[in-house]
Amino acid sequence: MSAAVRVLRRAAGIPSVKVSGGILAAIALLAIALPWVSPNAYLDINFDRVLHAPGFAGMHLFGTDDLGRDLFVRTMMGIRVTLLVAVIASIVSLVIGVLYGAVAGYVGGRVDAVMMRIVDALYAVPFIFFVILLMVVFERNFLLIFVAIGAINWLDMARIVRGQTLSLKEREFVEAARLNGVSTVRIILRHIAPNLFGVVIVYVTLTIPQAILVESFLSFLGLGIQEPETSLGALVNNGVKHMETAPWVLLIPGGLLALILLCFNFLGDGLRDLFDARQSR
Amino acid sequence: MARYVLARLFSAIPTLFLVVLLSFMLVHAAPGGPFDEERVLTDAVRQNIERYYKLDEPLPTQFVSYLGGVLQGDFGPSYRYRDYTVSELIAGRFPVSMQIGALAILIGIAVGVGIGTVAALRQDTLLDRVVMGVAMTGISVPVFVFAPILVLAFAVKLHWLPAGWSGAHGVSRMLLPVLSLALPQIAYIARLTRASMIDVLKSGYIRTARAQGLGTYAIIRYHALKPAMLPVVSYLGPAIAGVLTGSVVVEQIFGIPGLGSTFVTGALNRDYTLVLGVVIFYAALIIALNLLVDVLYGVIDPRVRLR
Repeated sequence: MSAAVRVLRRAAGIPSVKVSGGILAAIALLAIALPWVSPNAYLDINFDRVLHAPGFAGMHLFGTDDLGRDLFVRTMMGIRVTLLVAVIASIVSLVIGVLYGAVAGYVGGRVDAVMMRIVDALYAVPFIFFVILLMVVFERNFLLIFVAIGAINWLDMARIVRGQTLSLKEREFVEAARLNGVSTVRIILRHIAPNLFGVVIVYVTLTIPQAILVESFLSFLGLGIQEPETSLGALVNNGVKHMETAPWVLLIPGGLLALILLCFNFLGDGLRDLFDARQSR
Repeated sequence: MARYVLARLFSAIPTLFLVVLLSFMLVHAAPGGPFDEERVLTDAVRQNIERYYKLDEPLPTQFVSYLGGVLQGDFGPSYRYRDYTVSELIAGRFPVSMQIGALAILIGIAVGVGIGTVAALRQDTLLDRVVMGVAMTGISVPVFVFAPILVLAFAVKLHWLPAGWSGAHGVSRMLLPVLSLALPQIAYIARLTRASMIDVLKSGYIRTARAQGLGTYAIIRYHALKPAMLPVVSYLGPAIAGVLTGSVVVEQIFGIPGLGSTFVTGALNRDYTLVLGVVIFYAALIIALNLLVDVLYGVIDPRVRLR
């Protein structure tokens, strides 16, 4: 774990990481805290206040949508869902990718060759269309979105982890473990995996925006999160329907989605530079 | 070279087979049949329908006959568009998507490489910083946020361009969809070009060219551009996949009767055969275009020996 702490401490020193990380943390905290404080509930339908413009009247800071629901609270709930889906999907891709890459790299030889050929083949597959197929076939269920998005994002992770494992397995402590008769499974889980933490944490920040994009893409098409639950993609979808009379219904959730993605991209960029510098040294 | 292409074509076969098998199994694992939502059918009618769509045969038999059909370009009848086969729908709708997508990629390359080169030449100036900041934003704003904003600005508020597809003509209706698809590609290619151009400009042969008194334009045009384009060429595969994905939402937003919007409508209508056919078609397309890109890479860079 100390390797992870060291990576995080160095990462916190990069200005772009500091700023984008700070903005993201603020957005996440506000999205978690504010729905509790707001006088409006996110499911309250009120036809007396349909598509009101943003303002302090009734505390509808972001206005209201076509059913008179408070957009501020709905946007915060949407951010919660979007971030939750992204984080869980990234964990799914992390687990699959780390295990797959570590096994391929550690076992090596023919197993490695076959496993990596499979990854190469999967790169050619248009996964997003598969996910749409999946959503069509198995209704639109929350859990499936996590799994589907996670399952498409593990390929890069597997490649990177394999590369790291190849160099790790030549190190003395792995050799020592092997000489002591520790089983392969235990070596991978207890000796290889923890040492991958630094690389993995960098690449997770790169997979999170991809997961956000896939989730909001699906929700935008009406294949992801379903009413009355919401996510930023679903809010943008609804916003497009009413943008001519009420542009804020589109611009506010769309802008926040873009801001979140921008921050993650800056964060990932900064962390990758840090990692590349460490690699080349 | 011919051997390389052949070998790649052969290696694509198992991938495609896997795609067909996986998506076929997925569709057939669906709970409930495709005709469950409509009014209750009498047994005789149901049996006739199932016979027509060959749903009464055992699954492996169905798969073999489906695979046989796919090999001949026949994806079976659509469940929802009566009197149309899936192949007819694809053949009818794909050309529009291809036109828009190809234009978006071409514009993405031309503008992206141009912007990236200028940024590299002015490295670390204000111009460079601004351009790269805009590019980062371009990568981050999703197509389905950017496209409606374009519609809002140029169609709804300014009335310069049409908001939809039908009723409009020629360039005017192509402009906004193509721009929406091209923007993320422009941004990404600009970043790639800038990074590789900076690298290339540091190399020895560029310094030699400078020492011989060659102007900046000639150095870029005759010496730096080709090597700096290599990462862009290898990005073309993902770019094509990205444009295809983007076309799904862009066609939806602009009401374009292309394959992407047909796919989404099919997905929302649970038109299983249509969705299945389009997924397989897209997979084959992406694999074929990736092969093309790899061959192109070998042509541009003679150091890469294609075997």
